[in-house]
Amino acid sequence: MAKSQVAMKVNGATVEALVEPRTLLIHFLREELRLTGPHIGCETSHCGACTVDLNGKSVKSCTIFAVQANGADIRTIEGMANADGTLHALQEGFREMHGLQCGFCTPGMITRAYRLLQENNNPSEEEIRFGIAGNLCRCTGYQNIVRAIQYAAAKLNGVPFQEAAE
Amino acid sequence: MIPGSFEYHRPSSVQEAVGLLAKLGDDGRAIAGGHSLIPMMKLRLAKPAHLVDLGGIADLKGIRADGSDIVIGAMTTQHELIGSSLLESKLPILRETSLQVADPQVRYMGTLGGNVANGDPGNDMPAVMLCLGATYHVMGKSGERRIAAREFYQGAYFTAIEGGDLLTAVRIPVPPAGHGYAYEKLKRKIGDYATAAAAVVLTMSGGRVANCSIGLTNVAETPLWAEEAAKILNGSALDAATVKRAVAAAEAITAPAADARGPAAYRTKMAGVMLTRALARAKSKARG
Ligand SMILES: Cc1cc2nc3c(=O)[nH]c(=O)nc-3n(C[C@H](O)[C@H](O)[C@H](O)COP(=O)(O)OP(=O)(O)OC[C@H]3O[C@@H](n4cnc5c(N)ncnc54)[C@H](O)[C@@H]3O)c2cc1C
Ligand code: FES
Ligand code: FES
Repeated sequence: MAKSQVAMKVNGATVEALVEPRTLLIHFLREELRLTGPHIGCETSHCGACTVDLNGKSVKSCTIFAVQANGADIRTIEGMANADGTLHALQEGFREMHGLQCGFCTPGMITRAYRLLQENNNPSEEEIRFGIAGNLCRCTGYQNIVRAIQYAAAKLNGVPFQEAAE
Repeated sequence: MIPGSFEYHRPSSVQEAVGLLAKLGDDGRAIAGGHSLIPMMKLRLAKPAHLVDLGGIADLKGIRADGSDIVIGAMTTQHELIGSSLLESKLPILRETSLQVADPQVRYMGTLGGNVANGDPGNDMPAVMLCLGATYHVMGKSGERRIAAREFYQGAYFTAIEGGDLLTAVRIPVPPAGHGYAYEKLKRKIGDYATAAAAVVLTMSGGRVANCSIGLTNVAETPLWAEEAAKILNGSALDAATVKRAVAAAEAITAPAADARGPAAYRTKMAGVMLTRALARAKSKARG
């Protein structure tokens, strides 16, 4: 099969490559670009571990071909930290609030939460839960993931983080 | 899981896409959001030799009012349906339904055109389209055809779409202001297809149903338009006895498959429960 030329921006850098059309974006990111932050959890579009930010949308990179991402602007967990190397508020939140245990779901959770906060900078707990419904975690029970996202929202809004009363 | 090999095409106009699909015949397949097709390709349930990506065709995007109709381009995503203020004011059932489709990531990619053209009885939009009396604009080799949604679905994955056809837009007559609506879906978890679901749109006048339409999801090989059930309800005050008769009429036309979501009899009953809830909620929203 004829290969296709693709060019895209990944974490701010332009990359060009020849890909087989059937190459899934997750395989392109992990195997060609060596960006192994996005994980392959299920390969069946269910778990969200492969989530990346693509043209302002959270997408499951196991369910899009690299050729479809030609010309796209992509951000993965590798591009999440601040320019000065400090952690993004979400990364800090996950650390501070113990939003991870094994960490397998975390790159997908953080990239998804990133877009959620771009669209809604002060989400309610319910909106957070609904907003991350496409990401599965087998460890945490989600409680601390929700707290981590609330922590990040507060930090980005410059207000003190307040735990909701139990 | 890696799909089989294919050749990739990215036309920039409807005409070019239709030409390609006509030329490729059975070897070609349109890809919209890819969130039904790529999973099928991974499982080799679909093995197209050529994919025609509709993502570069600007004319297939957008939501606009056209007289008393709303016309939605096939490539409009479920995420865009949720965010549209025009739909929120004129056709709020589309937002309500979209929010119950899959999960946020899938909704950024999945399109209305793909959802209604796919032909999977588990898709949520088709029953809503039957309920609303929508019409599909289909462009083929010999020009445009307009096909009523109520005549579009022939069997699981069999629709009125033929080789070379492209569904370009969905045309929906706007229900009267003050109409009541609801899409009630029973699912095991977020991101699951319906065990059973019911769409209701109704108008009330003097406390009685002036007009009512009902669609059912995933309880037969095709989405169902429950015409008989709606007839029973017309003119009634939605009293318990009449609702019960209508629900029985709706249940009678179902023929669900038994699968991991439950045995057939259970799913038929759940269609009835969803319809009962949808009627009550639609009534509570209707004016008049
Ligand atoms: C995890 C998961 C959960 C899901 N849950 C739900 C759910 O609860 N409810 C639901 O309704 N859907 C669900 N879906 C399906 C999702 O909504 C799909 O996106 C949708 O069914 C198809 O839209 P698409 O744009 O992705 O189409 P594609 O996958 O690109 O195409 C689907 C089919 O339609 C054809 N097609 C697409 N566009 C056109 C066109 N314009 N003209 C002619 N043919 C066309 C294609 O050739 C293909 O055969 C789920 C998907 C996933 C991955
Ligand atoms: S690996 Fe993509 S959704 Fe699970
Ligand atoms: S921390 Fe282990 S899957 Fe989420």
